[in-house]
Amino acid sequence: MSTQGNANPNSSVNNYSMSSTQNGGGAAPCQNGPGQMYPAMYTASSYYSSAPPAAYPTVAGHSAPPTGKTPVSSTGYSGNYYQSSSGLSPYPAPGTHQYSNAPGQSFQQTAPYAMPAGYYGQVYSHPSQGQTQPQPQQLQPNLMPASSGSNLGAPLYPIVSYPSAPGSSQYGTLRSSQTTAGQPPVSTVMPPPPTQSSLQQYSQGIGATPTPAQPGYGAPPLSQAATVNGQSNAVQQHYDQNLHNPMSHHYAAGPPNSQGPDKERPPSGTPGTSVHSSPQHHPGGDSSSTTTDSASPVPNSYESLEGGGYSDLAAPPAGVPAKQAPPFGYNYPTMHPAYQQNPAPKPNPSPSHGGYNPPGYQPYSQPFPSLSELSSALGGLGGVSELEAETLRPVNLLQERNILPPKRAPPPEPNLSNDLRKVNCSPDTFRCTLTNIPQTQALLNKARLPLGLLLHPFRDLTQLPVITSNTIVRCRSCRTYINPFVSFLDQRRWKCNLCYRVNDVPDEFMYNPVTRSYGEPHKRPEVQNSTVEFIASSDYMLRPPQPAVYLFLLDVSHNAVESGYLNVFCQSLLDNLEKLPGDTRTHIGFVTFDSTVHFYNLQEGLSQPQMLVVSDIDDVFIPTHDSLLVNLKESKELVKDLLNALPGMFTHTRETQSALGPALQAAYKLMSPTGGRVTVFQTQLPTLGAGLLQSREDPNLRSSTKNVLHLGPATDFYKKLALDCSGQQIGVDLFLLSSQYSDLASLACVSKYSAGSVFYYPSFHHIHNTAQKQKFQKDLQRYLTRKIGFEAVMRIRCTKGLSIHTFHGNFFVRSTDLLSLANVNPDSGFAVQMSIEESLADTSLACFQAALLYTSSKGKRRIRVHTLCLPVVSQLSEVFAGADIQAISCLLANMAIDRSISSSLSDARDALVNAVVDCLTAYRANGSNIQPSGLIAPAALRLFPLYVLALLKQKALRTGTSTRLDERVFSMCELKSQPLQQIMRMVHPDLYRIDNMTEQAALHLNDSVIPQPPLLQLTAEKLTREGAFLLDCGSVMYLWVGKCCNETFIRDVLGFQNYASLPSNMTEIPELQTTYSERTRAFISWLLESRTFLPAFHVVKDDASTKTSFFQHLVEDRTESAFSYYEFLLHIQQQMSK
Amino acid sequence: MAFTFAAFCYMLALLLTAALIFFAIWHIIAFDELKTDYKNPIDQCNTLNPLVLPEYLIHVFFCVMFLCATEWLTLGLNIPLLAYHIWRYMSRPVMSGPGLYDPTTIMNADILAYCQKEGWCKLAFYLLSFFYYLYGMIYVLVSS
Repeated sequence: MSTQGNANPNSSVNNYSMSSTQNGGGAAPCQNGPGQMYPAMYTASSYYSSAPPAAYPTVAGHSAPPTGKTPVSSTGYSGNYYQSSSGLSPYPAPGTHQYSNAPGQSFQQTAPYAMPAGYYGQVYSHPSQGQTQPQPQQLQPNLMPASSGSNLGAPLYPIVSYPSAPGSSQYGTLRSSQTTAGQPPVSTVMPPPPTQSSLQQYSQGIGATPTPAQPGYGAPPLSQAATVNGQSNAVQQHYDQNLHNPMSHHYAAGPPNSQGPDKERPPSGTPGTSVHSSPQHHPGGDSSSTTTDSASPVPNSYESLEGGGYSDLAAPPAGVPAKQAPPFGYNYPTMHPAYQQNPAPKPNPSPSHGGYNPPGYQPYSQPFPSLSELSSALGGLGGVSELEAETLRPVNLLQERNILPPKRAPPPEPNLSNDLRKVNCSPDTFRCTLTNIPQTQALLNKARLPLGLLLHPFRDLTQLPVITSNTIVRCRSCRTYINPFVSFLDQRRWKCNLCYRVNDVPDEFMYNPVTRSYGEPHKRPEVQNSTVEFIASSDYMLRPPQPAVYLFLLDVSHNAVESGYLNVFCQSLLDNLEKLPGDTRTHIGFVTFDSTVHFYNLQEGLSQPQMLVVSDIDDVFIPTHDSLLVNLKESKELVKDLLNALPGMFTHTRETQSALGPALQAAYKLMSPTGGRVTVFQTQLPTLGAGLLQSREDPNLRSSTKNVLHLGPATDFYKKLALDCSGQQIGVDLFLLSSQYSDLASLACVSKYSAGSVFYYPSFHHIHNTAQKQKFQKDLQRYLTRKIGFEAVMRIRCTKGLSIHTFHGNFFVRSTDLLSLANVNPDSGFAVQMSIEESLADTSLACFQAALLYTSSKGKRRIRVHTLCLPVVSQLSEVFAGADIQAISCLLANMAIDRSISSSLSDARDALVNAVVDCLTAYRANGSNIQPSGLIAPAALRLFPLYVLALLKQKALRTGTSTRLDERVFSMCELKSQPLQQIMRMVHPDLYRIDNMTEQAALHLNDSVIPQPPLLQLTAEKLTREGAFLLDCGSVMYLWVGKCCNETFIRDVLGFQNYASLPSNMTEIPELQTTYSERTRAFISWLLESRTFLPAFHVVKDDASTKTSFFQHLVEDRTESAFSYYEFLLHIQQQMSK
Repeated sequence: MAFTFAAFCYMLALLLTAALIFFAIWHIIAFDELKTDYKNPIDQCNTLNPLVLPEYLIHVFFCVMFLCATEWLTLGLNIPLLAYHIWRYMSRPVMSGPGLYDPTTIMNADILAYCQKEGWCKLAFYLLSFFYYLYGMIYVLVSS
C-alpha cells in the first residue's frame, strides 16, 4: 500500500507526494486494492530484458517454470503463452488455438522458439536498439526503446524546433538543473540509460546554440530578432488551427525538425505573436520572480511545478497604500508616452520616489494608477448603463409568447471599460455565470443564483500568442501568471491582481521582442492578451516530456465482430495514421480481448505482426516488454499490416465473453512507464475477470416516474484503475458500441477519473444502422486527429476572497484548486462552482486564471493561461443584470447530475425547479416597483424557466419517458464533460425553417451567401405541413419534412421527385447544383463551422417511425409525463406564491 | 467500596475513549491537511480508511460492555453516536475495501466541510464522555 505520504513526515507544499506517483518504478500512491499485487510478484522486466539466449530452451520445453512467475500458473503459462509466433501462420483463428494446458501441445510450441527467425532473434539483430546490455535491475524497460530508438533516427525533441535558440535554451537549463541541483531525485524519475542519452542530446542542443554576447540592456542583437521570426513560424505551424475546416490539422506538416520555413507560413493568417526574450541579461537579485520556489531546488511534484499556494507570503513592501483600491483598470495606451520619455535606463535616483524605485530607472511624474484613470477604466459602473437597463427590464413570462431571440443570444458582456473588455478572455473559453460578481456571499445568497465558471481551456484556437521566455513572470506569493489585468506600479514593479502582492519586473521582461524595444513591460504579449501560451522550461518538468503513446484496446468477441465496428475502426485509423498527433517518438500499440487478452508484437523488422495470447486473466501479465508499444514511424508497415488483417482475423470467433477488466489492467501495465492514451472499444457487458459486471437494468422500469436506480457505479474497480492510470499519466477514452445494457455507469468511471472522454453508440451496427456508423466514422476521424496534451495539470486561481467549491468534468481533483488531467483534449469542458469566502468590498474587479500545464504531442512542455476579469458589484439588481443564463443553466445541469447520483433523480429535478422558483422570488422581493400579477423575470433571466424545463426533459434527467439506463448515463456524462455551447445545443436545440429561406438579412462571407432564418420556439405549433424544418441538437441534426412540403424543395434540395418517394432513412443532403440546394448547404455548413465533432444527420418524414426522436426535442410541448412550457410557468408561479 | 463490573467497564471506557480522542484529533488534522493542499487525497484516503472501522468497533465494544453492566443511562448517551456510525457506514460510497472516504469526492467542498465538522463534533463528544466516564467510575466505586 502506498505509504509515501506517511513516510514523508516533513511534508511541505512541495513534498506532497505526487513525486511518488511520478517515478514510474516506485510505489504508485494510487495503487490500492487488486492493483498493488501484480508488479510485486511479476518480475518479468528482469526476466525478459536480461534473459540470455540460453533461457529459450527452458521456455520451449517448459520443464521448469520461468523465473519470476508463480509456479501455480506455470503450466497454463507455457501452454498458451506465445501461441502463434510462427511466421508461417501468424493469425490462427482464435477459437481453434486454445491449446492451453494439454502437455502434448507443447511440441507445437517448441517450433516457434526454435526457429532462428523467431521472436527473440529480432532483438539481437538490432543491437543498436539498446537491448544488448543486460539491465537486471531496470524497472522501466519500456522507456528504453522509447528514447534509444529515437536516438537512431531523427534527433530528440530538444533540438527539434529550436535549433538556434540564442542564449540558453530551456533544455540547457534542464541539464544544469539535473546535474547540479538534484541528481538523486531526477534519477528516480528517469531510468538511467535514457538519462544518459538524453543528456547527450541536451548537450548537443547546447553546443549548437550560439550565445550572443549582449552588449547591454537596450540593444539586443539582430540575431535575436531573426530568431523571433523563426520561432514564430515554427509555432504558427503547429498551433494555428483553422476553424473553418475543423478536419484540417497541423500535425502532418512535415517532420518537426523542418525549420518552419517562410513558405509554409499562412500568408494571410492572423499571425500568432511569438516571443523569445533575450535571456542573456544578467538577472538582478530583485528580478527573479519566476524561478522555482524557495522551498526546494528541484521540484518533485507537479504540484510544485505549476506552483502551489501561498508559499511565500511576504509582507507587501512599505509605502504601498494599504487601503487603496487595487488599480486594475489600468490604461496601457495612456501609459505609453510615459515610458517613451525614458528611453534608456540610467541611474537617476529620485527624491520623491526613492522608496519605490530601484535605482537605475527614472521615476515617473505621477503614481501610475491615478483615481481618474481608475474610474475611467471601470467604465459605466457608476450609473446604470443602457445595457444594464435592458437586461433588467422586467418581462412577464406568462404574456411573452415569443421569448426566444431571433438568433442565439451572445453571452452578456461584462460591464468593464473598453480597454479591459478588449483584452478579456473569450467567452467561448472562459465564462462566468454572473458577469457581475456579487460583493459578498450574503448578496449572492440573496440573488439565489449559482456562481461558477465554465471553462473550455484546451479549445482549438485560431490565434494564440506563444511565448518562449527564460523566466515566466509570476507572482511570488500566489504564483499567478502575469496577465493583462495586473497593474504596473512603475516600470520595475507590478501588482498581482489576485493576491495584491507587489512583485518585481525581471530584467528580461523589460525587453519587448514584438516591438524590439526596451522598457515597455506593459506592451509584452503576456500583458496584452488574456490567453497566452508559454513554452515551459525544465522547471516545469518532473521527467523529460513524454512521447505521444497511443494504445488501442479492441473488443473482438463475437458481439463485437457482429457489429462490424472493427472494419470501420481499422479503416479510419489507416486513413489517419499519418495524422495522429505526435513526432518521431510517437508510439503505438494494440491489444485485443475476448475471454483472453491478445497482444501484438510489432517490432520493426518482423515480417508480420505476431499475436501473443495471455489466457491467464486472473493475473494478467505483459508477455514481452519492448515490442508491444512500437515506434509508429519505424514499424509503420507492420501496423498497417495489422490494421488490414485485424477485421478478418476474428470473423469466425465463437467467443462471447469479454474480459475488459484484465485487458485494462494489461493496458495499465503496458503504459505505466510512459503514460499516454488508451482507447477502449467495448461492445458488451464485461463478463470475465476483474471488474466483471452484472446487468442491473430492469427494462420495465425504464419509464418509471419513480426513482431511477443504478445511476452510480456497481463496483469501484474502474474508478481505482482510473486513479492508478491518472497517477501514471494514462488517460482512458471509452467507445461503447453496444446494443444491450453495458452498465455505462460503472464503465464510464474509467474515463471520468482519468480525464478521458466517453463516446456511446447505442445499437451500433455497420449495416443495419448506417446513421450510427457514419457518426462513428466522423467521430473517429476527429478523435484520432485532434490535438492532445499529455501529463497535464490545470490550476484555477481566483482573486483573494473567492474560493473554489466543486469541480465538474472528467479529471481527478488533486487539491483544492488543482486538477490532474492525464490527457487533455480540445473537446472537453469543465465547470467550477465558486463561493465567496471574504467580502470583495475593497476591490472593484475579480479575476480568474486557469493555467493548463501540459506536454504537447511534439514533446514540448507548454502552459496555456486564460485570465478572465469581471467587475464586482454591490447591488442585487446589478447581479441580476449580469446573469449569464446559458452558463447558469449549464452549471445547474452539472449540479443536478451530481445530485441525482449522490441523492436521487427526483431530488435533482426538484432542485432544478426550486432554482427557478427561488431566483424569481428573489427578483420579485427585490423589485418593489413591479406589478404583482404575472410571472416577472428580468430580461437577462427570461429564458431561465425555458432552459430548466428543457433540462428536465433531457434524457439524463427526464422521468416518465422510456429511457435506457445507458443512454441516460451517457447523457449525464455529456452534460458534465462537454463545453458550454455543445451542452446548450443539446439542451435547447435550434429550430429553423429552411424551405423558405430568403436572402434577406443574409450573411455574406467569402462570396457565399448564408441565409439567416430566425430561431423558432421548440414547439410543434411552429411546424407546418408545408415546411421543412432543421433541428440542430449539437451531436445530431434532424431535417423534418412536412407532408405537404413544397415539391421544389424536395426536388432541388433533397433530390427526390416528391414526398412519397423520399426514403425514410436518409442521412445526408445530396450536393445538387441548384441555388436552392447550395443555399441550404451553405447554411448547414455555416452551422457546422465551429463544431469539432460533425453531427449525425437524419431526414425525418412526418409519418416515419423515427419522428418520435425528433419530437422529443420539442421541449415546449406537453408530453404524457411532463409539463408544457406554459404549464411549467404556471407551476412556478404556484410554487412562488406558496 | 468494591470493584464491580460496572466500575471495570467505566475504566475500560475511559481508556478506550482516550484512544478515540486520538482518532478524532488525527481525523481533524488529516482533513485540515487536505484543505490546505498539503496532502494528496489518494494518500490521505488510504491512511484514513483503515482507521474508520477500528474506531467504530471500539465504540461498539464499550457500548456492549455497558449493556452487560446494565448501565442504561450511559448506554443511552452512546446510542445516538452508535446509530450515526451505522448510518454513516451504510451510506458510504461504493468501495471494495473498508472505510468511508473516496478520493474522487473527498475534495468536494461540501464533503470536506462535513468531514471536518464531523471530526470536531466527535472530538467534543469524546472529551465530554471521557469526563463523564471518570465521574461514573468514581460514582460507582464510591456508591457500591
